[in-house]
Amino acid sequence: MSIYLNKDSKIIVQGMTGGMGAKHTTLMVESGANIVGGVNARKAGTTVELGGKELPVFGTVEEAMKETGADVSVAFVPPAFTKDACIEAIDAEIPLLVVITEGVPVLDTAEVVAYLEGKSTRMIGPNCPGIITPEESLAGITPHTIAGKGPIGLVSKSGTLTYQMMYELKDFGFTTAIGIGGDPIIGTTHIDALEAFENDPETKAIVMIGEIGGDAEERAAAYIKEHVTKPVVGYVAGFTAPEGKTMGHAGAIVSGSSGTAQAKKEALEAAGVKVGKTPSETAALMRAILNEG
Amino acid sequence: MEFQAKELFAKHGVATTLGVVAETPEAARAAAEEMGGVTVVKAQVKAGGRGKAGGVKIAKTADEAESYARDILGMEIKGLTVNRVLVTPATPPVEEYYFSFLLDRSNRSHLCIASVEGGVEIEEVAKTNPEAVRQIRIDAIEGVTPEKAAAIVDEAKFPAELRDQAIEMVQKLWQVYVQEDATLVEVNPLARLEGDKLEALDGKVSLDDNASEVRHPDHEQFEIREEADPLEAKAKDKGLNYVKLDGQVGIIGNGAGLVMSTLDVVAYAGEAHGGVKPANFLDIGGGANAQVMADGLDVILNDEQVKSVFVNVFGGITACDEVANGIKGALEILGDSATKPLVVRLDGNNVDKGRAILDELNHPLVTQVDTMDGAADKAAELAHQA
Repeated sequence: MSIYLNKDSKIIVQGMTGGMGAKHTTLMVESGANIVGGVNARKAGTTVELGGKELPVFGTVEEAMKETGADVSVAFVPPAFTKDACIEAIDAEIPLLVVITEGVPVLDTAEVVAYLEGKSTRMIGPNCPGIITPEESLAGITPHTIAGKGPIGLVSKSGTLTYQMMYELKDFGFTTAIGIGGDPIIGTTHIDALEAFENDPETKAIVMIGEIGGDAEERAAAYIKEHVTKPVVGYVAGFTAPEGKTMGHAGAIVSGSSGTAQAKKEALEAAGVKVGKTPSETAALMRAILNEG
Repeated sequence: MEFQAKELFAKHGVATTLGVVAETPEAARAAAEEMGGVTVVKAQVKAGGRGKAGGVKIAKTADEAESYARDILGMEIKGLTVNRVLVTPATPPVEEYYFSFLLDRSNRSHLCIASVEGGVEIEEVAKTNPEAVRQIRIDAIEGVTPEKAAAIVDEAKFPAELRDQAIEMVQKLWQVYVQEDATLVEVNPLARLEGDKLEALDGKVSLDDNASEVRHPDHEQFEIREEADPLEAKAKDKGLNYVKLDGQVGIIGNGAGLVMSTLDVVAYAGEAHGGVKPANFLDIGGGANAQVMADGLDVILNDEQVKSVFVNVFGGITACDEVANGIKGALEILGDSATKPLVVRLDGNNVDKGRAILDELNHPLVTQVDTMDGAADKAAELAHQA
């Protein structure tokens, strides 16, 4: 088992023919993910060979879904066009939409998130590495070679910390690892992923990685206290970040006294989550839990 | 800054008084003379509490305007040096209100905050009289329609005689928020002047960098270069994602999360080495080629506080051998100007090849350590010894 993505997932790529899109479509194909085509209105009807696979290009997400039975779309569309690409995918009722694009205007994302209300699509991102269910499927840019299948569920705002944590715990492996993105407004939240991992019978324990900015970690802590029975280990990045400076991710900013790493750590600990000071200490906490169980 | 916010207000038809920006006491005097009558001289810095800090003065004459400008220019407010003042005609408000639109991360939407008690920090009003601070959620798709604007004005309990003016102003402020891609549009005070005129007397606008990049090339004019840290300015010119901090261990890494984490790990390690701290945030992203690495090192090595540098890379998509070649190439590009010890931790994709390249290079400044914690400790130790 896994969450959101499995071996039966059929994936299309919006923006497959662009530089980033082509590079990562190749890597997804090579990972064994079932990529079934791409979308580009100007190249509809042609095919592209990526990773040794001949992939059809469709004019719209709707058409691609009809022709291929795709149920996942990964978007590598430039930021100026991301909103329209998302709305197109949501209108086509794609079950899972993974938006990798960095630099999307936040008002656009707010509009897309509002548009998702009452619709059947789950959106992950934007500005995220996507989602991987090791040895089954990959919708995004996470390297498939870091770690294999195992009992840990991972949810993180950061891509590289996802990779680092998967690497530290590669001897155990993961059900699914999901990078939800570092923007101020995102589709799938820590809470959504925690809920899904809690309901996934194969996930035995959860690693949650947060960072400065906003109050998503505090809200996740409150959720864990109420609803999560599985052990959760946490890590928060950005203790040394100064107030008022954006640290790489658009959403990673301490505003006044809110959004600090310390506040997030305290909220998680109050909810019974063990929080590591460093990624390796966090991995050690998880290791101890899994060795006990 | 206030004068920039007011420019955006005026652009969208929000009633405000632009005034004149002066960088010298003489220019302030000239502006006050031109305006005649009583003027206000206000420090222009990106910080609240300017009045409390003595950065806002009412001048009865042009002489006074000049002398206040002389006091205020060069003054420090919350660590920021005042390089310019705004001179405006004094328009004493009859009443002061508060109004803002802002990004509401928690609710993944927009929020309007309005209060008939303005002119002071809204956080204070929220503490002393929470009932007077109204929060109204804005639907991100519908935005602020005339009906919504009316609902906001009524909810905030603005006086009936100002209702129509307020409704119009709320819609125009929403235009500023949406059309400029702001994450904050704040008017404080929103003033009721003599003759029941509403005016944005002071304000603040925060713009979304992503949107400025994508669709507002004109927003570049709002950036005031001389106030940026010189190293930050240099990094920006080279397209690097860099934030200067106050410490001794220079940091280069890939990915925002990993770099933030690296700063923390170095700060912990520093506790055992004389309290040394990370000197900067620098995310070189996926493209860790020789030129990017050289640019990054160049910025960091020019930071006089830096005593050692920690290069922390996890090869995800990026291969460690490319990164190692990047470091090698960067050291060649920099030549003798590379003078500080480099601690390198490579892990992930092609790690063996990457480490072998650096082993072979055998550069006197480079030390390789296999783990992030171990490398942080080594970098802190070297910074402390230097």
